[in-house]
Amino acid sequence: MGDYLVLFPLIVPLFFAILSLFAWRAITWQRGLAVVGTLILFSSGIALLDVVIHEGIRTVQIGNWPPPYGISLVVDAFSAFMVVIAGGLAFLIAVFSLGSMDEARLRYGFYPLFFVLLMGVCGAFITGDIFNLYVWFEVMLMASFVLMALGGERAQLEGALKYVILNLLSSALFLSATAVLYSLTGTLNMADLSIRLRTTIAPDLVTTVAVMYLIAFSIKAAVFPLFFWLPASYHTPPVTVTALFSGLLTKVGVYALIRVFTLLFLADVAFTHTLILALGGFTMVTGVLGAAAQYDIRRLLSFHIISQIGYLLMGLGLFTQSALAATLYFMVHVIIAKAVLFLIAELLYRMGGSFDLRHLGGFYRAYPWLALGFLLPALSLAGVPPLSGFFGKLALVQAGLVEGQFVIVGVSLAVSLLTLFSMTKIWNEAFWKPASKELRSLSGSTGQRMALILPIVLMGLITLGLGLGAEPVYALAQQAAAQLLDPGAYVAAVFGGLP
Amino acid sequence: MTLALALLIGVLFTVALYLMMRRNLVKVLIGLIILSNAINLFIFTLGRLVRGRPPLIPAGETALQPPYADPLPQALILTAIVISFGVTAFAVALMRQAYQVLGTSDLNELRDTDIQPRYHPDHYHAEDEAEGH
Repeated sequence: MGDYLVLFPLIVPLFFAILSLFAWRAITWQRGLAVVGTLILFSSGIALLDVVIHEGIRTVQIGNWPPPYGISLVVDAFSAFMVVIAGGLAFLIAVFSLGSMDEARLRYGFYPLFFVLLMGVCGAFITGDIFNLYVWFEVMLMASFVLMALGGERAQLEGALKYVILNLLSSALFLSATAVLYSLTGTLNMADLSIRLRTTIAPDLVTTVAVMYLIAFSIKAAVFPLFFWLPASYHTPPVTVTALFSGLLTKVGVYALIRVFTLLFLADVAFTHTLILALGGFTMVTGVLGAAAQYDIRRLLSFHIISQIGYLLMGLGLFTQSALAATLYFMVHVIIAKAVLFLIAELLYRMGGSFDLRHLGGFYRAYPWLALGFLLPALSLAGVPPLSGFFGKLALVQAGLVEGQFVIVGVSLAVSLLTLFSMTKIWNEAFWKPASKELRSLSGSTGQRMALILPIVLMGLITLGLGLGAEPVYALAQQAAAQLLDPGAYVAAVFGGLP
Repeated sequence: MTLALALLIGVLFTVALYLMMRRNLVKVLIGLIILSNAINLFIFTLGRLVRGRPPLIPAGETALQPPYADPLPQALILTAIVISFGVTAFAVALMRQAYQVLGTSDLNELRDTDIQPRYHPDHYHAEDEAEGH
């Protein structure tokens, strides 16, 4: 039974996507389905994580083809961890969408697309086959293309064009790299690849392929210098969609990077992982400097997504167990903190009538609770104790010091300070400054208002809880990181103990 | 044969990337289409070219005897063709819609989401209201 649980992250979103298609005209039904479906996805993620922690890596061979001939689905602690975060975030965003999404977009299939996107994301997390990973990426991209353009506003179309073209280019690179990998090894199964790449006859070519993957996934993860599509497009769709994208899409790119650079490309760690570390540093700095110049709150936060990706890369680049554990912990923290800041931006827009910080003001006086709701994730993002961001950064810095990588540690600390500057800017402009015009109260029924506020409260509490109760989450991250650093266990799980 | 295909793939990649760097959206689209075809050929060639040896186990044998044509790259290409077909269809529709709404197909003019936010929400909604939406 435990093994069938592996299929749940795929089947649940697929099933609910189909159900919402059946309910095409019944928006109320679709809303209900979205909440129930994401809740089931979240709970199956939790169940899966529980099984993986206690019984080790679970696998399913699709069609019962013995590995490496069929497609393997593999769930280790890292995958299960990601499914849980994705499910949790999806649930909170689904609740928020009840109050925030407009009727027109709902009538044109927002919820079916939402579930297809989740299916692609979860598929990418649990697949154990590199070509299958490409397919899940495409599923996810296709849904995200439509979600980004859905509504057809001018800015959306323009943003979508840039997003589509650059992501297709990245997919093309991914596919080419996979072709080279197949011709080198004759296999696509990641566990099998892991064995064969260790004894390859052409180590230089493997490093070339590794860098092709690095570029392909870096475009998706918005890593320096390939991030420019993100601030050009992420602020254009409705904030609900942006929050979902910021939490899931770039993180799938980071997931793929971590997966291939812990399982497959270990031939030349000194080169590849140092490159990743350097890219991480540049990503942090450019992201945060880009943010400093912005006044549109959504663009400002989009640049911060990039900056935070740098921290995730830092852990991968250091490549020790504690660094990877710190990365995983940071992943939960940043997904939640980032999404809630976007959701708050939507509330500021609804009440202040603008996304432009210069036109906002007076929120602290009028809505002190909202100000507190902003302050928690904002300070957490900057890394102020005792919130989640502090422990994530602390663990990363410690791991960096142990490895003697003082430059990246210095950069990461300086970037934290600049992040604090950006958050202070939002605080000063939107909350502290006197209001330039009358603030509106939230419109809509009580239910809609609750739907807008509840996810923000929950995410704020999660941020606080992650900080105050960092120990259990960090222990879990340690376990997942230990598994990541032991490709042998992954291979053994896929081949069922056979060599 | 491999050399000829390698040259062809190189030319296709060059053409595709050149077209993708053009300013005209339609040329970018054609570049994308050529790129996906170049990659399909790339996968095909990397799977080793073997003629006249279908991957069938001869009677009396229990395993394939090399050399034989590897069927897997062809399966990959089929998948890639289907995906690129869907993606290209979407890209065509998106570009047509973008051309109609934005009134230009010159990528150099599409910089409002990058630099000066002419479609800034404030302006944007003000314009919308002015147009009577």
